[in-house]
Amino acid sequence: MRHPGINLGEHHGEAHDQAETLVFGFWVFLMSDLIIFGLMFAIYVTMANPVGMAGGPGPKDVFDLTSVFIQTMILLTSSLTFGIASLAMRHEQGRGRIALWLGVTLALGLGFLGFEARDFANMIGMGAGPSRSGFLSAFWGLVPLHGLHVSAGCIWIVVMLIQMRTFGMIPIVKTRLLRLGLFWHFLDLIWVGIFTIVFLAGISA
Amino acid sequence: MTSDHTTTWLFGRLDLSSLPIWQAIQSPAISELIAGAAAMIVIAGAIAVIAFITWLRAWRSLWTDWLTSTDHKRIGIMYCVLALVMMTRGVIEAVLMRAQQADGLSGGFLTPEHFAELFSTHGTIMIFFVAMPLVAGVINYIMPLQIGARDMSFPVMNQISLGLTATGAVLVMSSLVFGKFSTGSWAAYPPYTGLAFNPGPGPDYWIWSVAIAGIGTTLSGINFAVTIYKERAPGMTLFRMPLFCWTVLCTSIIMIFAMPPLTVATLMLAADRYLDFHFFTNDLGGNMMNYVNLFWLFGHPEVYLLVLPAYGIISEVVATFSGKRLYGYTSLVYATMAIAVLSFCVWLHHFFTMGQSANVNIAFGIASMCIAVPTGVKVYDWMATMYRGRIRMTVPMIYVTGFFILFVIGGLTGVILANPTITYQVHNTLFLVAHFHNVIIPGVVFGLLAGIHYWFPKAFGFRLHEGWGRVSALLWIFGFSFAFLPLYVVGLMGMPRRSANFNDPAFEPLMLAALFGAALVLSALAALVIQIWVSVRDRDKLAAPLGDPWNGRTLEWATPSPPPHYNFAVLPQVKDRDDFAAAKANGRAFADTANYGDITMPKNTALGMIICAAATLLGMALVWYIWWLAMLSVLTIVVAFVARTFMLDTTYTIPADEISREHRAWLARVRAASPITRDRETDDVNQGLAVLELPETLKASR
Ligand code: HEM
Ligand SMILES: [Cu+2]
Repeated sequence: MRHPGINLGEHHGEAHDQAETLVFGFWVFLMSDLIIFGLMFAIYVTMANPVGMAGGPGPKDVFDLTSVFIQTMILLTSSLTFGIASLAMRHEQGRGRIALWLGVTLALGLGFLGFEARDFANMIGMGAGPSRSGFLSAFWGLVPLHGLHVSAGCIWIVVMLIQMRTFGMIPIVKTRLLRLGLFWHFLDLIWVGIFTIVFLAGISA
Repeated sequence: MTSDHTTTWLFGRLDLSSLPIWQAIQSPAISELIAGAAAMIVIAGAIAVIAFITWLRAWRSLWTDWLTSTDHKRIGIMYCVLALVMMTRGVIEAVLMRAQQADGLSGGFLTPEHFAELFSTHGTIMIFFVAMPLVAGVINYIMPLQIGARDMSFPVMNQISLGLTATGAVLVMSSLVFGKFSTGSWAAYPPYTGLAFNPGPGPDYWIWSVAIAGIGTTLSGINFAVTIYKERAPGMTLFRMPLFCWTVLCTSIIMIFAMPPLTVATLMLAADRYLDFHFFTNDLGGNMMNYVNLFWLFGHPEVYLLVLPAYGIISEVVATFSGKRLYGYTSLVYATMAIAVLSFCVWLHHFFTMGQSANVNIAFGIASMCIAVPTGVKVYDWMATMYRGRIRMTVPMIYVTGFFILFVIGGLTGVILANPTITYQVHNTLFLVAHFHNVIIPGVVFGLLAGIHYWFPKAFGFRLHEGWGRVSALLWIFGFSFAFLPLYVVGLMGMPRRSANFNDPAFEPLMLAALFGAALVLSALAALVIQIWVSVRDRDKLAAPLGDPWNGRTLEWATPSPPPHYNFAVLPQVKDRDDFAAAKANGRAFADTANYGDITMPKNTALGMIICAAATLLGMALVWYIWWLAMLSVLTIVVAFVARTFMLDTTYTIPADEISREHRAWLARVRAASPITRDRETDDVNQGLAVLELPETLKASR
């Protein structure tokens, strides 16, 4: 194994060699990004209390657990579909197959964002925007930050679909897909944290 | 739309009254006049630079050889130039502050706001736009050469890092011409820097310059670490790396983990100011302690981020100018790692007085004191390296000697301050100011200046003038001592930091001494500029193109000066720690080879400059609420970035025979030259080829 995560394998030649540095670098970047999320979690935890809520709505008043559960399922599935795309790339099952599963992943990503946007709009509607309290600020600092990452991931998928069409499966396209895969699974992981720490813990408290 | 609406739409909240020059014309008091003059100097300076480049007809070469270059060596030099320009401003501001406080008994000549603006810009500039770019610059230039690499792992990202750092610097400079910088110190604590207390553009300047430059630094950290892990030459195991590279590795790990807290803190402060969030406000559940924790979670590792590379430089300089292998290499490596880890465990000592329990304070106090242990190990290792060495008191060694004596004092006062009960007495006094300047100037600044003098001949092919260098180094050492040692006393006497004036006459003599010291430091800077000027003028006499003027020990000296774009004609096969010294000792240095190969190098790109320009406009737009420009700049950055991913033709190949021709020409010059002994190191005869001297020759014959 040359780097953690899915490896392309020796039969990919140049792409496999390049992946060693590129994917390692991306892991390091993710580590740094993880710190950002970790700090946002820490801030959230310190503010999820009556002082931080400042008399405004708390978790039980604003979270729609059904919607959040749907989002979780969508996002977890999208990680699976991305995994299938990665395997299709590793086993050279053709551009069409890779593109198909990337397309499904993109659709799921957009679906997730759609549900999330709806929840956000509802929260604003009930006066639970970030200006209401420190607690809500922490929520709006953390969860939309994840959403922003997912949006970036979606744009990245679109860019990769275009590049797969124009350039074919050349080495740089493959290593980019490897990195995009890491990014996508990373966001899933963060979401699991959000689901647990923000939503489940918030509702059960 | 009325014309009023149009101007607000176009220019946001920027209008005539935000220009200091205009204010100086309106109400010409001394403070305003100084601000107006500073704005004029910035404008005049910019015009002078533009005129000078035009006069040299250097625009094309500036663009193709420098700004669009992805060569780590050029990027490194640009970082250093940026830092030296910013240092000039930082030191001038320091002298102004010293002058104000020297006159502080009678109130001084600056308004308190102006004084606050001065310490805020001075602190911000010195940390983010002097120390950081100097560190990044020296690392960029030297580290790939020392590990036997052709470039960084991500050369384009390297260029972007430089662009983002430059953006931050440009924003701080712009604040002299448009509006005013923050008065909230370099740490910018809310709620003071929040919208409720500070609605003006000042804190926004601080936020965006620091946030944007900070992202650049994070990217640098990733780049340095990956380069060290992945680009080492064959045989260069981690424990054969020069010590400088070890310190760079630890510094880059600190960059990767400690810059995110700064990014988070600045962006949260921005959310409070721009989007009515309540992270740190007084009302509605905000909690400013979160900011303080985040800021120092960055801030403390930051100081080790700065000083570790300086330790690395000192290790190299001491070994080379003592003609000995570094004593206790392994212990130095582990000490470096220990410091890097501990640096994340002590942030709370910056706010012992802010209300946590005594037990928490004690835990962090003890952790802070622990850092003295690995640091002490290092100092003893360096002294043991010098013991019975062939010591030459060249300029880098003068700086290092200054470092030894003064830095130890700074470290000791650090241990004193790590004691919470003492901190309660001296918190926020000039004792603290004395302490941190005492570690930052003799530690970081002297270390980096030593490094610059040491590696300058590598980068430019000629040595820096020795005489002026000595003058400058001594002025720095004495200037520092006069400027800061009195502050310990005045701090113990109770003078608070950041005060524009005072009313205890006992402070005055010490403040006058400090002003004298600051004047010496200013002369040291002037001597440095003269030194560079004289050296460039006499570059033919000072030339050392063969590459090894100091009888160096590590791989960077095994190349011609300046090294070619691709660094090494053939990647070195490393067999030893201090490989070049070993190679010279057993005769495998300067060997010719039959197997030259083609070398693929990254092409130039304008991406870094595009992102720099767009990020600068973005920063200005956000500071002044010019929303259309902000959106346009973000769009430009995204489009430029995505467009770049569609370019496939990003490298070019240098054919093997061109490489062998260049390399053999250099080898021929080496063979023809007569090597010199260490006695004549600083003479004109030093062409960069060294006679083998003790103890290397001894070791080889053994
Ligand atoms: C060259 C000689 C220097 C002089 C004479 C000088 C002088 C000063 C003075 C007078 C202050 C304000 C002290 C107060 O709070 O009353 C100050 C603050 C500060 N200086 Fe320097 N300084 C120098 C170099 C540096 C360097 C090289 C650095 C860092 C690389 C640095 C970093 C700072 C910082 C971080 C502050 C704190 C600003 C704040 O309070 O927010 N200084 N310095
Ligand atoms: Cu500290």
